Amino acid sequence: MWKWLHPYANPEVSYHFTGKLIPWLSALTALFLAIGIIWALAFAPADYQQGDSFRIFYLHVPAASLSMGIYVGMAIAAFTSMVWQFKLADASAAAMAPVGAVFTTIALITGAAWGKPMWGTWWIWDARLTSELILLFLYLGVIALHNAFEDKNLAGKAAGILTLVGVINIPIIKYSVEWWNTLHQGSTVSKLGKPSMSIDMLWPFLFCFLGFALLVATIICIRFRSEILARNSIRPWVRTLVAEHLLQEKNNAV
Amino acid sequence: MQFDSFSAFINMGGYGFYVWLSFGVSTALILALIVSSMMAHKQVIKDIAVRQQREAKLRQVRSKHKQNKNPQTNKPNEITQ
Repeated sequence: MWKWLHPYANPEVSYHFTGKLIPWLSALTALFLAIGIIWALAFAPADYQQGDSFRIFYLHVPAASLSMGIYVGMAIAAFTSMVWQFKLADASAAAMAPVGAVFTTIALITGAAWGKPMWGTWWIWDARLTSELILLFLYLGVIALHNAFEDKNLAGKAAGILTLVGVINIPIIKYSVEWWNTLHQGSTVSKLGKPSMSIDMLWPFLFCFLGFALLVATIICIRFRSEILARNSIRPWVRTLVAEHLLQEKNNAV
Repeated sequence: MQFDSFSAFINMGGYGFYVWLSFGVSTALILALIVSSMMAHKQVIKDIAVRQQREAKLRQVRSKHKQNKNPQTNKPNEITQ
């Protein structure tokens, strides 16, 4: 039943497949983000309490949920690599970590920029904010471990263990607003079935969210391809690929 | 359109600094990530090419070395391995 997946476990096939995906993904990203951001900034109605400062949420909420989503993806990849010794999973986990770190940083900075006018402070050691900061440190730790070893298999194993231990942080972030009495508000969009957000605010949000998700997919594909090459540098197909690349560069120079 | 003029758009109902700070920092970080990811891809290819050239050169030197020295010294290296 799952046999059709087998060829994608081959690094060469994955490399060329993601190479074909990238132009489509980046075109869709540009389309959705352009519509979403312009709609969010200029056309969505201002919030009746927060005024125009709520437009920050069109960045903050997608970045924050993607920062958790990428971590879950990275944990699944780490688990796959550890249990089934699936080498490509390590490459994808290594590709996801920097993207997740950037989106966590964006979530923290946009949150701070909203908190200053609304709460009167850039930062507070509240459960949601603190656990999200820990997520950033987890990402930085995973990136550091991936780069700490010359042997990429060993690096992937070490980073994978840290990733799997850090999964405990994800439910803590998710439910922090319910478990503890925090300053951070509860979820607005993801209440299943009926989001407590008016429709003309929700549509631009959906465009932004999809746009950022596509952006994440695009960047992960780019990084995944570099990881594949770095891990398979002695394979014949990489050698011919590099040789072709050099030849092309030489021709361009002449 | 929610704003009457461009200056009202920039002002964001008094929250201009915070809104544009958020969008500015996010854009900068994302652009930096995209550019560094694309540069890293080129760098990987370049690194592999350099390593390959080095290996090819090494192999050339080794085979020349073998041709020149082995017949005279009578100490074939292969046997010790």
